[in-house]
Amino acid sequence: MAIYASALDLIGNTPLVDISSLSPNPGVRILAKMEGQNPGGSVKDRASLAMIEEAEKDGRLTPGATLIESSSGNTGIALAMICRVKGYRIKVVLPDNVSVERRQLLEVWGAEIIPSPGSEGSNGAMRRAIALAGEHPEWVFLHQYSNEANARAHYEGTGPEIWRDCPEITHFIAGLGTSGTLMGVGRYLKEQKPEVQVWAIEPPVGEMVDGLKNLDEGYIPELFTANNGFDLLDRKMIVRPRESIEWTRKLIEVGVFAGISSGAIQAAAVKAANLIDEGTIVTIVCDGGWKYLSAGVWTDDLDTVEARAKATIYF
Amino acid sequence: MPDVRLPTVLRSHAGGASVVEAEGETVGDVLAWLESTFPGLAGQLRNTDGTAHRFVNVYVNDDDARYLDGLDTKLTGTDEISILPAVAGG
Repeated sequence: MAIYASALDLIGNTPLVDISSLSPNPGVRILAKMEGQNPGGSVKDRASLAMIEEAEKDGRLTPGATLIESSSGNTGIALAMICRVKGYRIKVVLPDNVSVERRQLLEVWGAEIIPSPGSEGSNGAMRRAIALAGEHPEWVFLHQYSNEANARAHYEGTGPEIWRDCPEITHFIAGLGTSGTLMGVGRYLKEQKPEVQVWAIEPPVGEMVDGLKNLDEGYIPELFTANNGFDLLDRKMIVRPRESIEWTRKLIEVGVFAGISSGAIQAAAVKAANLIDEGTIVTIVCDGGWKYLSAGVWTDDLDTVEARAKATIYF
Repeated sequence: MPDVRLPTVLRSHAGGASVVEAEGETVGDVLAWLESTFPGLAGQLRNTDGTAHRFVNVYVNDDDARYLDGLDTKLTGTDEISILPAVAGG
């Protein structure tokens, strides 16, 4: 085995695993890209490393600097890990209705958590981060929702890896959070093979988050509009918590221990498999299941877990 | 008649209902019906030119209508429509 100079060199180059035994259609293969294998534990390692290296290159990040970011968890954890290794300080604005493990992991890597009301969701956390960054110009705000390095990490990494490992791909299905994965991978794949279908999956967060005062508090990431997301995507659907949990559990049958958003993506892959005669669907497994153990995803009664998931931000 | 699920932020404008039975043969019809039936919703769902508000996502049976036929998406009586504000994650 190779010896790596740093844990950060382990980011990317994740494997594809054939989980076609979950496919309802024998003509359709489903391959899962195992992003939980990244050292920080999620797909967010990629964008986080790209954003930090970009900021180092353009001189915004200098030794001893302090970063601020808003995150529902995974980006914060990834940034905190990278900051720990590289010697930066980081503050993460985190909605208070994320799983306890997300908070614990941020603490493991030494991040300072600035709590924001869970009822305001990720949008509220982001508004607070923007305000704080405005008050503290000495802090470096990478702003994952608008940072082009986020999508570029996937255009230059995730997308080419999928194309290298699976040129027969017909559908790419991933979650829509910052839109970085979908914009970067989607654009790269369509440049290689325009007929590839790109599907986005969302949780019905609007139903879980009650704190919006009006619809103008809604938010479309700048990355999405800058990359012509409305044209790039072929389909966008919501997957409800119950179905997401059911598929998170089914993934266990094929040895994939994943988070709830990955279950939502597999549920959509199964819908896609039922709509086509034959093809190869590549899905993203965003993170491992470790951060969801406290939610009883695999162990508690389905109704109980569903009720818990409805009050939690897991995308 | 399609059922429409409303987000919490809009319910107070529709008498507190989380689900309303709407009228209309297309998504655009249903949005227009909602705005005329519940005056508090006027201007909340559509722009003055009739297009859907930027931060409003309209789903037909969980599919975002923008990627179907948009406001022209045809509905049947068994379709369920959900209106949700645009929210980010990450």
